[in-house]
Formats: sequence, structure tokens, C-alpha cells
Amino acid sequence: MAAINRDDVAHLARLAHIEMSADELDRMAGELAVIVDSVKSVSEAAGDDVPATSHPIPLANVFRDDVVGHTFTAEQALSGAPDSDDNRFKVPAILDEA
Amino acid sequence: MTEQNPTGISAETLIRLSAAQLAEKLAAGEVTAVQATQAYLDRIAAVDGQVNAFLHVNAEEALAVAAEVDAIRAAGGAEAEALHYLAGVPIAVKDLIVTIGQPTTAGSKILEGWHSPYDATVVERLRAAKMPILGKTNLDEFAMGSSTEHSAYGPTRNPWDLDRIPGGSGGGSAAAVAAFEAPLALGTDTGGSIRQPGAVTGTVGVKPTYGSVSRYGAIAMASSLDQIGPVTRTVLDSALLHQVIGGHDPRDSTSLPEPLADLVAAAKTGNVEGLRIGIIKELHGEGYQAGVENRFNDALELLKEAGAEIVEVSCPNFQYALGAYYLIMPSEASSNLAKFDGVRYGLRVLPEDGPMTIERVMGATRAAGFGDEVKRRIILGTYALSAGYYDAYYGSAQKVRTLVQRDFEAAFAQADVLISPTAPTTAFPLGEKLDDPLAMYLNDVATIPANLAGVPGLSLPGGLADEDGLPVGIQLLAPAREDARLYRVGAVLESLLEAKWGGPLLAQAPALGAVSLETQEAK
Repeated sequence: MAAINRDDVAHLARLAHIEMSADELDRMAGELAVIVDSVKSVSEAAGDDVPATSHPIPLANVFRDDVVGHTFTAEQALSGAPDSDDNRFKVPAILDEA
Repeated sequence: MTEQNPTGISAETLIRLSAAQLAEKLAAGEVTAVQATQAYLDRIAAVDGQVNAFLHVNAEEALAVAAEVDAIRAAGGAEAEALHYLAGVPIAVKDLIVTIGQPTTAGSKILEGWHSPYDATVVERLRAAKMPILGKTNLDEFAMGSSTEHSAYGPTRNPWDLDRIPGGSGGGSAAAVAAFEAPLALGTDTGGSIRQPGAVTGTVGVKPTYGSVSRYGAIAMASSLDQIGPVTRTVLDSALLHQVIGGHDPRDSTSLPEPLADLVAAAKTGNVEGLRIGIIKELHGEGYQAGVENRFNDALELLKEAGAEIVEVSCPNFQYALGAYYLIMPSEASSNLAKFDGVRYGLRVLPEDGPMTIERVMGATRAAGFGDEVKRRIILGTYALSAGYYDAYYGSAQKVRTLVQRDFEAAFAQADVLISPTAPTTAFPLGEKLDDPLAMYLNDVATIPANLAGVPGLSLPGGLADEDGLPVGIQLLAPAREDARLYRVGAVLESLLEAKWGGPLLAQAPALGAVSLETQEAK
């Protein structure tokens, strides 16, 4: 497996929506390279015949009755919002050229 | 702290009672819930300036709940009869679990000042049992860490040695219980965050079977691994608390449908005769501190004398467990933490210059709101899930999970309960591993397999290490849905050890001095 480098970290940080300074990218790339190196044996542990487990105790088809349950009022839902207007969450422009 | 209350029990004595002992005294009318709650609030005021276990103290509400319990008891009749056994016994709650009426921060700047509009299911159950909630306890940010040093609100200190870590991520809950600031606490355990703090603070911590306790209202780190559980001073207290918070919850689709076994009865069984207890070959010896190994061997000797059969089992795939965990956990965390984006709640930070788009606001908010460890794990998880690496990393890690489960199945065919040290070392000094994430991760080596397989684990005090005089934890593991076995074996081992020590291990902890008023008021 390829080692993780600074460009990878910069790309991943963009995907994860975390702004990072040049110093932070350098440091993070170094730390992650060590961590990734330490976990790479995992890819050699299991053969193709071993199924993946996504959940420790499988429970299939867990549904509730299709009835209206508890819902928050608009006031409750917006109580922690950084900004709101007219019972809606308010955000800055969504498009680049606002 | 030496004041006598009207019934003659000093506050100093009161705060050292186990939850079960306190419950008995409340029921017998020897002490009131208000007296008990006030004694704990006073203790918090006196020592938390040093320990920093609490992020928020909930004095007013706790005293009101205590007064309500006292009034019901005083009135007598059916309502008094119906009071829960633990009614009036105070409890602290890890600040990853949401509560109405108190802030929930998850130890992060990104949620500073946030109030949840709903209660976690476990909190609803505490309220139904009328247990006063003393406050919210410190943790590594979003429960990511093994030392509580990754909290955005400063580290919690170990009551045994204030220059050492209390474990993590639930260092606040463990330290609060160890420092007699609370008789009980709730924790969450994704890779050992209840058990490892228990080990290094000389307290009891239980990670129930996955699905045994509802996760509804626990801010998710890794949803397939997270589990809420008890943090206490005795095994019986953990069983009592597990019984309060456990059982099916329709709001958590991973909640087990069947009712809980009688865990309190299991803790009172009183014998281990004929039980097969398996030593996991891979989870002791090399890499484990000598004093940890010695106390582990003492525990085995006691169990053998009590009539248990000690067998050795091998779990060869545990060598891959840590690696698999550090792929699965960050992958799930990177997805779970995407919701902290400065739109619906919490912090919003605007970029200093350039176009003011929502994407750039998210980038600036998450840059300012998350600490280093959270960023590391989000980036690592995003990497493990990215196209081209998914099969090699996340896919392989999920296969290892199957192998770890198979190892447990094979081990439980030979043994009823498994045993190991909880952590490879005693509490390390604050700051020692802060710049070496990998060294920090290695502390979870013995606790992680249980989370990957969903099996329950309990850590109890095993004594003090010879070389540093600090607490050592003994871990017991049982098959999924067999949590009762942990309480049965744990309670027997605890009573044998306490007979040897002449009392609880925490009685040997150094006294915490009072701090200046100035420090208290700053809290």
C-alpha cells in the first residue's frame, strides 16, 4: 500500500472540510504516515474466504410502526443554531459567486 | 468536611459509602438524599479544582430531585414503596451523553455552550429512578483518546497522583468516582474508554454487551463500537446501575430486544466454583509492566483458591485488533462527525478573507472547533474510506473483525470467562504520550478486542503495582449477552482482594487537600 503524503492529507482535509495551515499539513502527514504504517498488516491478516463483519451483533430489519412519533418544534430545532431566520437555519451563500 | 449531620454520619463517611450502602441508609431513613447530594456537591467544590473531573456542576437540579425523593419517602405510602432502590443516590454523567437543562460539550470547542433539546435514553432512565445528576464529566474530545488530555477544557488529573493521567476517554467519570466526588457515573466505551480509566484510577468500569444499553443520545464516535456503561467503586454498584440503564430501547435500532438478565443477583452469587477462567495468552507478558503482571498473577491465584479452573486460551488474531480498530473507528468517526458543520448547532466561524461561501465557513468552523486528535482521526477515516483504499483498509479491517469474533468463539468454547490485565501499564505522567499518537493508541491493546466483537468486559481494581504504587486493573470478558458472568466473577474476585487488603483499594489513595476559594469560584 502506498504511504500517505502531504498532498494526500491536503486533499483529504478538503474532502473533510477542515482548513489546514501549511505547518499543520506537514505535521499531520508525518503523524499519519506512522499510523498508516502501523495498521498496514491488517490488509494481510485475512484471506478472501473470510467474510466482513460490519456489526458485532447482527439484528436484521429493525423497523418501528409507521406512525408519527415525537417531533421537535421549530423553536427547539433551531435552539442551538448559529443563525436562523423565519423558522429556518440561515447560512452564508451556497454558491461561490454570491 | 467533618461536620456531623443530624443522624451522626459525617459527610466524610457519607461520600465513601458505596451506592448500595447509601441506598440502604436512604431507605432506612438514616440519611436523606439531600444530605447525600449536598455532601457530594461540597466534595466537588473542595477537590475538583485539583482533579478537574467536572465540566458542569448541576447543583440546583440535583438538590431538587433529592428533595423530591426525601418528600416522597417522608410521606410514605404507595409512592414511597414504588421508589427505585437507587432513588436519591447521586450520579455523574459523561459529557458525551446529552441532557436537557445542562450543557453538553463532548469535550469539544465546537459544542461549547450547546444545550440538547432532548435527553439520552439512559438519562431518562436515571430521571425515572429519581437519581440526582451531579453534573457532566470531562473526556477526551468526542471520546477520542486514552488520557483525557485531548479535552478542549483541560485535562482531568488522576486522584492517585495529580501529575498523572486518569485514563481516557472517560477520565472525568473515573476520576470523579475515585475522588469521592460521585458514588456512580456513566461512561462510554468504544475501545476501552470505560475500562482503562477504571484500571488506572482503582475503580470499576463495565462495557456491557453491544446493544445491552441504548446508545440513543450518546454523541456517536464509532456507532458499531460505542457502548454506554457503568463507572463505580464496587462490582455490585455496576450491576445495580447497569440494571437501571439497560434493556431494550425502540429508539436505538441496535438495542437488543430481550430483557436484561438479573445482574444484581449475579453479583451476589458469591462463588466461582467449577467456572473455567481463561487466560488469554496474547494479552499479558511481553509489553506489560511487571507490576501489572504481578497483580494479574495474584488475581489468578485467588480465583484458583476459590475453586475456579484456570485454563490458557489463544487468540492469535488479536495481534491485528489494534490495527483494525484504528481503521474502523476513524472511518465511522469521520462520517459521524460530518454533522458538525456550523449550520444547525454549535460553533460557526467565518473565514478571515476570501469568498464567504458555506463550504469555506464549514472549513473554518471545523478547523477552529476540532482539536488535533479529532482532526487526525477524521483525516485517517476519510483516507481509509476513499476510493482505491477502501478494500485494503476498511474492508480488510472488517474481515479482521470476523477473525477476532472467531477467536472469541473458540476461546469461549474452552472457558466461561476470560481474564487479562485491563491496560498494559499503570497511569502514565500527563504529557508523556501527547506527541506520540501511536504510543497512546497502544494503551488500548487489551480492551479493543471486546469492542470489535461486541462482547462485554469489566475492569476491577487488582491492587497497586510494586514499582510505582499505582492501581492496576483486571479485565474480565464474557460471551455476548452473558454480562451476568462478569458480575458473578468480578464480585467474588473483589471480595477476595478486599479481604487481602483489609478494605477497598481506594482507601489507600492519598487524601486530596482543599483548594483555595479562588480556584473554586473559577469553576
